[in-house]
Amino acid sequence: MFYREAGQFKTDYASDQAVFPILQDRIGLAIIFVIALAIPLAQNDFLTNAVMIPFLIFSLAAIGLNMLTGYTGLLSLGTGAFMGVGAYACYKLTSIFPNVNIVIWIVASGFFAAAVGAIFGLPSLRIKGFYLAIATLAAQFFLEWCFTHIPWLYNYNISAAIEVPQRELFGIIVTGPRATAETRYYIVLAVVIVMTWLASNLVHGRIGRTWMAVRDMDIAAELMGIRLLPTKLLAFAVSSFYCGVAGAMLTFLWYGAAESTVFNINQSFTILFMIIIGGLGSLLGSFLGAALIYILPIVLRFVPAKLGLGLHAATVEHITFMITGALIIFFLIAEPAGLARLWQVGKQKLRVWPFPY
Amino acid sequence: MHLLYMIFIDPFVQMGSAPDLLAQTLWEGLVGGMLYALIALGFVLIFKASGVFNFAQGIMVVFAALTLVGLHDIGLNAFLALGLTIVVMFGLAFAIERTVLRPLINQPDIILFMATFGITYFLIGFGEFVFGGDPKVMVTDDLFLPKGSITYHTLGGIVQLQKLDIAAAIVASIMVAGLAVFFSKTRIGRALRAVADSHSAALSVGISLEQIWVIVWFAAGLVALVTGIFWGARSDVSFALEVIALKALPVLILGGFTSIPGAIVGGLIIGVGEKLGEFYWGPLVGGGTDAWFAYVIALVFLLFRPQGLFGERIIERV
Amino acid sequence: MRAPSGPEVAVGDVLLSVENVSLSFGGVKAVSEVSFDIRKGEIRAIIGPNGAGKTSMLNVINGFYHPQEGRITFKGETRTKMRPYEAARGGIARTFQNLALFRGMTALDNIMAGRTLRMHKNIFWQLLRFGPAMTEEVEHRRHVEEIIDFLKIQEIRRTPVGRLPYGLQKRVELGRALAMEPELLLLDEPMAGMNMEEKEDMSRFVLDVNDYFGTTIALIEHDMGVVMDLSDRVLVLDHGIKIADGTPGEVKSNQAVIDAYLGVAH
Repeated sequence: MFYREAGQFKTDYASDQAVFPILQDRIGLAIIFVIALAIPLAQNDFLTNAVMIPFLIFSLAAIGLNMLTGYTGLLSLGTGAFMGVGAYACYKLTSIFPNVNIVIWIVASGFFAAAVGAIFGLPSLRIKGFYLAIATLAAQFFLEWCFTHIPWLYNYNISAAIEVPQRELFGIIVTGPRATAETRYYIVLAVVIVMTWLASNLVHGRIGRTWMAVRDMDIAAELMGIRLLPTKLLAFAVSSFYCGVAGAMLTFLWYGAAESTVFNINQSFTILFMIIIGGLGSLLGSFLGAALIYILPIVLRFVPAKLGLGLHAATVEHITFMITGALIIFFLIAEPAGLARLWQVGKQKLRVWPFPY
Repeated sequence: MHLLYMIFIDPFVQMGSAPDLLAQTLWEGLVGGMLYALIALGFVLIFKASGVFNFAQGIMVVFAALTLVGLHDIGLNAFLALGLTIVVMFGLAFAIERTVLRPLINQPDIILFMATFGITYFLIGFGEFVFGGDPKVMVTDDLFLPKGSITYHTLGGIVQLQKLDIAAAIVASIMVAGLAVFFSKTRIGRALRAVADSHSAALSVGISLEQIWVIVWFAAGLVALVTGIFWGARSDVSFALEVIALKALPVLILGGFTSIPGAIVGGLIIGVGEKLGEFYWGPLVGGGTDAWFAYVIALVFLLFRPQGLFGERIIERV
Repeated sequence: MRAPSGPEVAVGDVLLSVENVSLSFGGVKAVSEVSFDIRKGEIRAIIGPNGAGKTSMLNVINGFYHPQEGRITFKGETRTKMRPYEAARGGIARTFQNLALFRGMTALDNIMAGRTLRMHKNIFWQLLRFGPAMTEEVEHRRHVEEIIDFLKIQEIRRTPVGRLPYGLQKRVELGRALAMEPELLLLDEPMAGMNMEEKEDMSRFVLDVNDYFGTTIALIEHDMGVVMDLSDRVLVLDHGIKIADGTPGEVKSNQAVIDAYLGVAH
């Protein structure tokens, strides 16, 4: 009844469990890496600074939210606030210890965000499903209030905003007004690559399975020995960690400054839309959704000019909202699993091409 | 020690020493709460009848108000504008049913909820596109909305009630009573409740889902219009209202998602709680607590009674 | 009575004992002062008309429902209240009447999820993936593959369970329960909705699990033929009350059982 092919399985299963088992996928990934590294060589400051850096940062936040909402099924409307915790934590850390490597502080600020996230995740013990979103809303508004009402956080600055001080890394200026786009881009790229790899490892292993089990049927998960509260708290903590790092990078490596409105409820919704459109429960989807939601308005700003239509910036804004809304509805009707699923379907078709099936 | 006094004793001392201020604050809280309740009412209508949590309720309030003001501004008589706005809200309900609800029949609730996000964003963009983004002044005189206030010399001081607020309270009460009767006593009301329980089951007994949905979203649109008129009359009509609409969520937590009286009671509790909190405890922490106090109230409440004041306890069966 | 082809498993001491358990929901009494026991290594059927409280009884054993009265003794430990993960840790696994698979995951992942209790590498190793976490993953994968072979569901490993036909879904659910290496396996209507062939397959699986692993099985089932063939002892419930308890032969000829449930042959 049972057959054992001792030893042989080990190699097979390990490669069977690989994240990218197909050779073509690996080649594709390598090409993407090469392109990503080469972007600054195009010497297009706009591309690097206004498109790629924020795209990567928002992708990271989207990955964070996806782990909580997509994989574990816990709807969170507090993403903006958790990003803010990371930003303000990083600011205080570098104010108090200015000589420490700023990248270390960016990563460390993630831990503060993780702690706050876990605290606001405690209600998940008693509250289920949609109601839990209220706890995250409470987190969002309360933390946003903290950002303006606790002067210590912004070093008693009159404007309640934080200005990013100049910091160096191995002699190169990395933050502050004099840091070049290329420098900042490579740091962001490095952080995002590493953290995406870690996230991928998590979701493909035991922890990812427990999260999905809790999402799909928490009763059955519990009856299998999975403890709900630690699983949910871990999801909150890891998710907030990612959002916190994203928030810190947003402030230190892109905007150069921040105030509480940057981390408001609209930010939370934006990231949520990214993962809805991109695909809940998919890391690739986080990137695709971030690309669509973030880059679409930029493209829209250029299209009318190219077509010869003069449109106000405000009008473009309005149309973007309308298109975003329509896209959300469209995706939910056509493909609730988002862009990631469309990509998968596309790959399937590619696999059997040129045959239809 | 002093801190404990400031938190636990002093606010009550203040309340007692100036009862007219307390009454005034309570009234303000009730008025604010009533407007939250009206928004929550729109949520309850749609949720009760279609099981969908309509995140777009807030923007529908803004949109209705903007349409009314917009039509009036281009010269239409106020009541004609009102009538046309009602038609527009019907059209909106129809359009939403056609383009969003119908394709998503039988999808899980979370999908429908996210679709209402889409509706929200679309309406924000559309509203700004058509009417512009700056705040507008609500039509008041031409609709014969009362102005001025009534002043009571009582409780050792002065308590002032705006006539508009009293009118709003009366209109809201009539509307709520009407809706409650409609749901429990009429055939359509029963059908609405059936749809909320199960789309496919309702379909199988011959209830036309499409008709029901149009009716319900239209009703919610009317509630949104009334809310928009009174809210816009107190402060201007602007898209900021959209975020305030999120406050309806704590109201729904307290009152339950399917209870009309619950929405009212919940709204009043939240409104009063928020106002009292901000007025008597707010100064201790620098003010602005009304941004989050309502959510914290709801959160605490959820921890002890997850189904709200009026909701039903759901027993999970495996 | 046992199917003639399988070897007899020596039935031993009491593994689980239910004493005077009562369970109510709101005003409805689902289970009233029911007492019975399950012996190690046996297949115990629980039968009765719909609404008799059978599933509720399983839920109480699992720790999902907490009885208002009574106690449960499992492996020597007595409890009035069991938490679900305590039950799981203690070696109780189950399948569900209405299927409780993780629909967003593949069949393989569902069954791997059953190994969670035995996977210990902490988050640090999980983050890295290569190294100890991968070794653990592979080790458990091997075990899961044995179950997949046993249940003959190799082809559908990578299929999301939501897309599988009902019969295969039930098999995956059984696999997930088996992955927990349980001492007591609770099966809630495992044959429901199956045709003759599928029922025979499932019966074979149940017997094999009992024979080769020595797993004690408690089984809710409506198909009398299956019950009579498979089980060592039968418990009969009606409206939450125990009306008979004995071997299949004894129960079949019990008048109360015939009146309530079996009916008379015409």
